Amino acid sequence: MREQLQHLAISPSGFVFDPMTGATFTANRSAMVLLEGIRDGKSLEELTNTLEKGFEQRGADLRRDVLEFVRSLQDEGMLPREFELE
Amino acid sequence: MSSRPVYETPSLQRHRSGTMNKMGGIPALRPVSHIEGVDVEELVEKYSSPLFVYSERSIVDRYVQLRDQLERRWPKVQLAWSYKTCYLDAICRIYHREGSWAEAVSDMEVEKALRNGVPMDHIIFNGPHKTDPSLLAALRGGAKVNLDNFDEMARVEKLSEGAGLEASVGLRLNLAAGSIPRWDRFGFNLDSGQAWDAVRRMLGAGKLRLAGLHCHLGTFILDTAVYGEATKKIVAFANRLKKELGIVLEYIDLGGGFASKARLKSSYLPPEEITPSASQYAEAIGDALSELDYSPDQLPMLFLETGRGLIDEAGTLIATVLANKRLADGRRAVVLDAGVNLLYTSTWYRHDVVPTAPTSGAPEPTILFGPLCMNIDVVGENLMLPPLEVGSRVLIRPVGAYNVTQSMQFIHLRPAVVLVGQNGQVGVIRRAETLEDLTIGEQVPEWIGR
Repeated sequence: MREQLQHLAISPSGFVFDPMTGATFTANRSAMVLLEGIRDGKSLEELTNTLEKGFEQRGADLRRDVLEFVRSLQDEGMLPREFELE
Repeated sequence: MSSRPVYETPSLQRHRSGTMNKMGGIPALRPVSHIEGVDVEELVEKYSSPLFVYSERSIVDRYVQLRDQLERRWPKVQLAWSYKTCYLDAICRIYHREGSWAEAVSDMEVEKALRNGVPMDHIIFNGPHKTDPSLLAALRGGAKVNLDNFDEMARVEKLSEGAGLEASVGLRLNLAAGSIPRWDRFGFNLDSGQAWDAVRRMLGAGKLRLAGLHCHLGTFILDTAVYGEATKKIVAFANRLKKELGIVLEYIDLGGGFASKARLKSSYLPPEEITPSASQYAEAIGDALSELDYSPDQLPMLFLETGRGLIDEAGTLIATVLANKRLADGRRAVVLDAGVNLLYTSTWYRHDVVPTAPTSGAPEPTILFGPLCMNIDVVGENLMLPPLEVGSRVLIRPVGAYNVTQSMQFIHLRPAVVLVGQNGQVGVIRRAETLEDLTIGEQVPEWIGR
């Protein structure tokens, strides 16, 4: 399910290259954390905790943000439609 | 103060700087492993490569969509499948099953339509070359015969008089509309008065009856206003025929020429942005037809014979990578087992070429060669493609229009054509050719010897 993400080249500056399509992206810091976390097989709860611990934030709905980010990866074809976080 | 970065909602923005450029945008490179749910590898294993694959669902969907859009705007509509676009029996019979008549432009196509069960009076017979026997059979059987020139008119008069027929015919018109090239090699010119002269000439002889007007403006017409303008001219002509000569037409045939979603080499914008929908074509035609000065019970049948716009996207060609090369100027080249022998449209289409399996490595401008030992065999140039391994497959699309009928037995034999049915079933609609197919008509004169 996560094969597409394994191929991504993610630079520390947030430049993301998908060698399977040639597409390039700009990711912000939280997106980079999520890309790496999803690639490593983290669960929804683990991803939410990582964001909570790693960033200064107030009142953000981290759980919703993670799920919406997964949907955006599905829209870009990087994750299959049937993918669901544990 | 915390050292942690301030949280921002996760954002991944695709870079789109290259989307619009003079090459017409970046084609999708996401691998496509199945056609209508059927695994490409399984198809190749069973039917070999290259392989043409048609989708019955796509054929039916587009046909129904166009017919419905036209019927919303004109009460009497009849589509006629343009045989030359793809005259494989199975394809023709799908259209006939859906209610389409046949549009034939040669004796062979008329014969093929009859063999497919189309009655003669459901055949529209066009084109500049119709032989006497086929013309006579068509006139006797009530086909819609559209005359191309004065010589053909005189020939048809003689034939019908000799056979004691009171034949009805249509006249093919050509005219200037919009900025598209005028196809004045076919039919009688409307703008110069030639078409009016032709009608008066025909009535004066008193041997033929005028049943309809026919016009085929051109091909791949992206501007629907051209149809509106042309139809208005034809409608004005029809109104004049009625008013001055008392002729009430049975049909107006607006030919074809609707564009598909193929990417033209000459086009700046991607096809998704510039190809009109069935609704847009129908609206342009319907609005112009409403100016016809006929009572509701006299309204003529609207015929349309569009081929490419109906079937192009239903066809895919599966090809296999034979070799990778680096040319002297540094360009990457890939040799495929399908070339211009199978892809007539590659002369003016920039086909989408899509890998069927995930690849790795950066895409770079690639030139695709076919398998012919001929320098002209170039399927595509400057296509952004990832490295493709020898033996891997690519899908070339859209190829549904003209490529099968215009493919050649040149250097290589022609491959199989299969149809994926609406329930996912796969059937061969033309088997791969053998050497016997190529040589069946050949003979060696006695003096040449064995």
